[in-house]
Amino acid sequence: MSIRIDHISKSYGKVNALDDISIQVHQGELFGLIGPDGAGKTTLFRILTTLLLPDQGSASVAGYDIIADFKAIRKQVGYMPGRFSLYQDLTVEENLRFFATIFGTTIAENYDLIRDIYVQIEPFKNRRAGKLSGGMKQKLALSCALIHKPKVLFLDEPTTGVDPVSRKEFWEMLKRLQDKGITILVSTPYMDEAALCDRIALIQDGRILEIDTPKAIVEHYPKPIFDVGAHNTYLLIEKLNAYAHKHSVFPFGEYIHYTDQRDGFDPLELRAYLKKEGLQNIHIERTKATIEDTFMELAKQ
Amino acid sequence: MKRFVGFVQKEFYHIFRDRRSLFILFGMPVAQIMLFGFAITNEINNVDIAILDQSQDTSTKEIISKISASEYFSILQYIKEEAEIEEVFKKGKIKAVLYFEKEFSKKLVKEHSAKVQIVTDATDPNMANTISNYINSILSHYQEEQNRSIMLDYQIIPQSKMVFNMELKSVYMFVPGVMTVILMLVSAMMTSISITREKELGTMEILLVSPLNPFQVIIGKVFPYIFLSIINAAIIVLLSIFVFHVPVNGSLFLLGLESVLFIVTSLALGILISTISATQQTAMMISLMGLMLPVILLSGFIFPISSMPVPLQVISNIVPAKWFIIIVKGIMLKGVGISMVWKETLVLLGMTLLFIGLSVRKYKIRLE
Repeated sequence: MSIRIDHISKSYGKVNALDDISIQVHQGELFGLIGPDGAGKTTLFRILTTLLLPDQGSASVAGYDIIADFKAIRKQVGYMPGRFSLYQDLTVEENLRFFATIFGTTIAENYDLIRDIYVQIEPFKNRRAGKLSGGMKQKLALSCALIHKPKVLFLDEPTTGVDPVSRKEFWEMLKRLQDKGITILVSTPYMDEAALCDRIALIQDGRILEIDTPKAIVEHYPKPIFDVGAHNTYLLIEKLNAYAHKHSVFPFGEYIHYTDQRDGFDPLELRAYLKKEGLQNIHIERTKATIEDTFMELAKQ
Repeated sequence: MKRFVGFVQKEFYHIFRDRRSLFILFGMPVAQIMLFGFAITNEINNVDIAILDQSQDTSTKEIISKISASEYFSILQYIKEEAEIEEVFKKGKIKAVLYFEKEFSKKLVKEHSAKVQIVTDATDPNMANTISNYINSILSHYQEEQNRSIMLDYQIIPQSKMVFNMELKSVYMFVPGVMTVILMLVSAMMTSISITREKELGTMEILLVSPLNPFQVIIGKVFPYIFLSIINAAIIVLLSIFVFHVPVNGSLFLLGLESVLFIVTSLALGILISTISATQQTAMMISLMGLMLPVILLSGFIFPISSMPVPLQVISNIVPAKWFIIIVKGIMLKGVGISMVWKETLVLLGMTLLFIGLSVRKYKIRLE
């Protein structure tokens, strides 16, 4: 077991940031922590990286207890905080060299591990870190977090504020790191990134909603989901919400995801209702649940 | 060791790439010492005065020529009427008027006493006092010369002698003070800002999650400033020796050691400030309000401690700068050795240990 979290609770004053969290992450797993802002993801990261003490519960990282063996953990893990936290007045190369030095290693020694990532920013190695674009900053931060060959990598919202192309590249890099046996705990508010993880935990308001593989989580969705579209999306949402038998209504891309309360739901009946309410170009089609649907459904309970 | 070198190298990058901190580090000492040495001074030099001479005889002429011959005064104008005195003061240029009564010489010889009035512009009371003292001393000097030929039966001649700073040069007073202010500013403020900057930018979070222990981080942060402060102290001493001709009567080596001690005291204070403030702004405010004001007001730098109200005199004892100024004045101006300043040195040492102890206790190995 690479990360073991046992009934961890943490509160700031009256706010419960984490409420009885238990998660186990296996060796070499890419584990995602999925939840909106303020769900408690950063607090959990800080507890696991020994920056905060939990109020209750215990946890271990790479076999070390987060309280008793905090010094050992600090040598074994790589941590990339949510906010860009490198020295902006140092160049790309100076930053990397600095982090290599304080971990008692050199860039050359572990260059293999970071090569795929670092080659992309190497042309800018004499540029100050503060002058890099968002995507390049993330690559540099990841290189710095990896330079000492950590056993466990903690990435707190690494793709927030990064363009879609860089995000995709970033996740490809994580997959390659995983192949090298590094356990990765990553958090993200983006549901589409969740599908790329081995397993995910859905977290909201400091509580775990569900832990499973992305596939299983989607399959567990209890009701048939329908894509509904019409000429006027705003009016459509209004009318769907007003429909007596509706269970849930969520805008999703160009369509509305609709579920019904009844087991024997007939789409034709809904079509007739919408037509009567003055909507045109009505489109109703059965679709598969996504992680976002599951999240919304679980968060409702 | 490699880690330490890497860390210190990073600190130097920070310092040399930030123009603001470079300016504070090296522009400030030079600017301050020049300012205090040349501009802010309470010496008098070529003060403009006016003369109202109603007798115009040999005695008054001799006195007037003596005054105008001194480098302290220059006679700007002669006036005729008593009523004009107020008028010349109102114009603002004249700082003093010397008023001789009628038949000055005759009275001096016949009655053995004649009157001369010194009227000064007391809008600047210190200045007025100094001017009147200087004129008085010129007058009594003149009197002595006259009496030498007459020979009285007995006479008392007070001879006051100012030791250690015979010419009453204010720069002698300011050098130890400026040195104290600069070392305090550079050491305490700059370190507290540089440590809180890591907190503010979030890099402290990464440094904590690394094999560096807090002690190494602090030493790495402080080391460059010890080095730079020593350079600063040297610049100040050299400037005062070569530009202002302030003597260093005692041992330069002892002065150096005491300066290093005071630098460490200030650094410890800086670390303490950084442990209680979360942002650079707070650290700067605490350093300026909590350190600079006491250093300037309560250390004896500008205002003599002995003339303060008793409660302030008591408070001044906890200002480290007070003790350092006593030490520096002792070594530079009086030329004393460690046997005369060991008590002050001990006080500084005690304060340093206290500050370091407090910072170690307050330093957080986690975020909260």
